[in-house]
Amino acid sequence: MGRRDRATGDTGSRIPPGQYLTRDFPVLSAGPTPRVDLSTWQFTIDGLVGTPVSWSWDEIQAVDTRDFTVDISCVTKWTKLDTHWTGVSVDSLLESVELDPSARFVVAHSYGGYTTNLPLADVVNGQAFVAWAYDGQPLEPAHGGPARLVVPHLYFWKSAKWVRGLRLLPDDEPGFWESLGYNNHGDPWREERYTGD
Amino acid sequence: MVEPLRWQIGTITDIQPQTDRVSSFTIGLPDWRPHRPGQHYDVRLTAEDGYQTQRSYSIASAADHVPEVELGIERIADGEVSPYFHDVLVTGDKVELRGPIGGYFVWEPGMGGPLLLVGGGSGVVPLMAMLRSRQAAGDATPAALLYSSRTIGDIIYRDELARLAAEPNGPVVAQTLTREQPPDWDGYARRIDAQMLTEVVGNIGGMHASPLAYICGPTLLVENAAAALTDLGLAPMRVRTERFGPSS
Repeated sequence: MGRRDRATGDTGSRIPPGQYLTRDFPVLSAGPTPRVDLSTWQFTIDGLVGTPVSWSWDEIQAVDTRDFTVDISCVTKWTKLDTHWTGVSVDSLLESVELDPSARFVVAHSYGGYTTNLPLADVVNGQAFVAWAYDGQPLEPAHGGPARLVVPHLYFWKSAKWVRGLRLLPDDEPGFWESLGYNNHGDPWREERYTGD
Repeated sequence: MVEPLRWQIGTITDIQPQTDRVSSFTIGLPDWRPHRPGQHYDVRLTAEDGYQTQRSYSIASAADHVPEVELGIERIADGEVSPYFHDVLVTGDKVELRGPIGGYFVWEPGMGGPLLLVGGGSGVVPLMAMLRSRQAAGDATPAALLYSSRTIGDIIYRDELARLAAEPNGPVVAQTLTREQPPDWDGYARRIDAQMLTEVVGNIGGMHASPLAYICGPTLLVENAAAALTDLGLAPMRVRTERFGPSS
């Protein structure tokens, strides 16, 4: 092995096993980048809630906009430290809905048809946000703009690009990659890359 | 419950240089599983002090019954893993890997078509697995490959692609060289664009035949080709993409 891409010193402990540090921001998607019109964009929380709630582009930015600095890890092996995002915490969005106590899982739905599943416990308590800016600039379509889900403690395929909503469910329903050989949960620190890991 | 993909120690049985920077590494596997064209393997290197690093490399070989796999690996100058393959490993050496991995960027005979493959640089590797599998199966799905390289010396599988194209029911193979072209070059000489895609798709029934498209290469090429195809009327669900920054 030649040059090492592992960070040194205190950042080294922030790289999950089998990952390497990148300063680029690689793009990975399964299909064409969808074009989403901001005038009709909506983010909806539905499923096991009292009444489904939707936000327009302007409305979601009026909820509780914050900046987030997080480390992200892609299952394709790269890890990027201290990424800067602007968006709204999923906690803040969930404050507007009445959660059915039987809700235990969520499926994130995206423009273009992508889906990914997560335990509800993995998107609450400050663990997930909907982002529309990266490094202070509007999120580029190739990186998931207008808005994407960001769940930094799981592999980045869980951070659905072009997100349009969350559906609350009583049972787990595997999403796109989770049905195609990728791990159902996706914790980088446990190297939950593929089915059965 | 699907059985987990286990790490195994493979043995390099053959190394074939394809270009100055890309070689085919054939690896024999003790715990072999059949793969589907388009899938990849993960390779893991472990240093003496225990430091480990992993990369993914596409399978170039046809879906087969032989307990080995051919990976196409590009040498990334300042990479962690690919220089080890190119500069250190020789036939007979051991390497740790697991796979096959991936289930969406896959085409195999029976999935239909027409089949449109668009590749840039070493992005042609998984597309080669599809063409080889199609050929091995005697499949007659209309197929075209549009392949972008920088110079003629960068074309991977050049002779084999020419042979495949000359076979009865062989694929249409269109090449473009973006940086430098030899004097007698009769292919394209620019980046992939809508006009080029329209002409290539014309060989396999045109856009109204709704080809099933697979695009693999650098992000910019993939973004542009995928956007051009959807602009030309192809349904987004017919376009499958795999993008890479350098997998160093």
